Amino acid sequence: MHHHKYRLIIPFLLPAALLYGVFVVWPYAQAIYVSLTSWRGVSANRPFVGLDNYQRLWEDDRFLEALSRNGQLLIVLPLVTIAIALTFAALFTQGGQAIRGAAFYRIVFFFPQIIPAVIVGILWSYVYTPNIGLLNGILGGVGLDGLKRSWLTDPTTVLWAIVAVAIWSSVGFYMVIFIASMQSIPTSFYEAAVLDGATRWSSFKDITLPLIWESIRTSVIYLAIAALDFFILVIVVSGGSTTMGATRAEVAALYLYNQAFDKNRWGYASAIGVVLLLLTLLLSVIIMRATRRETYQF
Amino acid sequence: MSAQAIQPIEEILPTTRREGIQGWTGGSDRAFSTVAQLMLAFWAFVVIFPFVWMIVTSVKTDPEILSSPWKLPAAIQWDNFERAWTQARIGRFFLNTLLVLAGSLTGTLLVSAMAAYVLARFEFPGRQVLFYAFIAGLMFPVFLALVPLYFLVRDLHLLGTYQGLILVYIAYSLPFTIFFLTAFFKTLPNELGEAAILDGASQYQIFFQVMLPLAKPGLIAMGIFNFLGQWNQFLLPLVLMPDENRYLLSQGLYFLAVQQGYQNDYGALFAAMMITMIPTLIVYVLFQRRLESGLTAGALKG
Repeated sequence: MHHHKYRLIIPFLLPAALLYGVFVVWPYAQAIYVSLTSWRGVSANRPFVGLDNYQRLWEDDRFLEALSRNGQLLIVLPLVTIAIALTFAALFTQGGQAIRGAAFYRIVFFFPQIIPAVIVGILWSYVYTPNIGLLNGILGGVGLDGLKRSWLTDPTTVLWAIVAVAIWSSVGFYMVIFIASMQSIPTSFYEAAVLDGATRWSSFKDITLPLIWESIRTSVIYLAIAALDFFILVIVVSGGSTTMGATRAEVAALYLYNQAFDKNRWGYASAIGVVLLLLTLLLSVIIMRATRRETYQF
Repeated sequence: MSAQAIQPIEEILPTTRREGIQGWTGGSDRAFSTVAQLMLAFWAFVVIFPFVWMIVTSVKTDPEILSSPWKLPAAIQWDNFERAWTQARIGRFFLNTLLVLAGSLTGTLLVSAMAAYVLARFEFPGRQVLFYAFIAGLMFPVFLALVPLYFLVRDLHLLGTYQGLILVYIAYSLPFTIFFLTAFFKTLPNELGEAAILDGASQYQIFFQVMLPLAKPGLIAMGIFNFLGQWNQFLLPLVLMPDENRYLLSQGLYFLAVQQGYQNDYGALFAAMMITMIPTLIVYVLFQRRLESGLTAGALKG
């Protein structure tokens, strides 16, 4: 524009750059340095130990077990969430033919997404509570007393009970993403397919799926990151970061949190954080490559 | 992404799409729609029922809650809300949250709008790098920064202060807000700014008196989005606000729930959850359409 523009550019950028640099960039950069120390937060001096923390992590069975739980989430969370969200989106949108009640269902299904995670977590912790909880109440009500259990302490159910909550609250979000991209597919594609004798399923498989592939890829990455970050729901649903339920559903980020804020092992905790960050980046790249397909322009 | 993102999705669609297709072959249509309706009704039940149960439980007495999840209250216990508000100090946490959000929302919108305006409408070296540096923040989960952030905030003597939390909230809201508003400012017409320059307006006057009012729809969309994000924020206050008198809502609610196991005032806990949920509920009812498109805009183009 003109030569005085820097008088505007600099003061306008400065607040954002400063806040972002100090409170976002700097802590991430620091995390890497702290992970190379055996710092326990008491003294100002941070004994440098090189890659010791990483080596110990490699031999730490508890960490590896936590990480294997993340591995299971990595498969289940994206698969189930996307399958349900896609089904609903297709029912509401495919070929411009919305099923009866679509508008109502859409609003209802999206609703849990905007509820604070803490409320979702506490609410479900009471759904799962053995004696006064809703789930055992329903099972008892329909005569399935044999299935009643203590969902949040039983080691076989606790993790999946919590994952179910995550799926429950995020299906609506992905459904709306898929609806938006399905709505941009011209109806004429489906009309032509119908003339060729296509079924609902084959139209979905051959028209809808390829044309919304980009949204699905993005969703897989979002959910994969969510599977690695998973932990707020674990501590809220199980009623605390060190409860029996939380320990039996301990995921990597929760282990990090406890090592840091319960055990004051800041160096070790930071190393866990760095490993998770690297895994996140690596995973994003792998998924991007593995799901690459020819994109269709229309 | 563009300004379209904040319009209701329906409005940007061609109208021909409403008619729909008839005559899929294979399988009976009636059987298909019966199965589909059953599935939808089941999921709607699974979503709605816990909330209905929460509402009913919030007006029951403790003995009623403890006897059976199905028992309806003999009398509505408004008292639960009173105890939640005063004894459980949800009222206090509510005001703390409003205080922090008043600062952080204003700050987020102002700081982001200024940066986004410059990034969208001026050419200067390093512009692209800076833009992508801001966007990169979307990739990193907050908890990775928690440990150093805690010490940073402590060393700046901001631990347990409203100011500290406000600054951190703003900083972590910048990536998406700048991303969104930069796209928005790019769509605004150039002519108005140029006309203002001819009238002798300074660059500052153009921003505050011409551009900012024009960007109102974008600012509103980001206001709603950040209101929900910051109102629901749990991790940052949990770590950065150790002072019990200054707890924010979600944090206070969490500690209330954890303590509940010992104190047994379930009625007040459920009432506290209702109180915490009401503001988000109001925002959802008022802005449902905008919210859906706003929340998903980033993901769609990501």
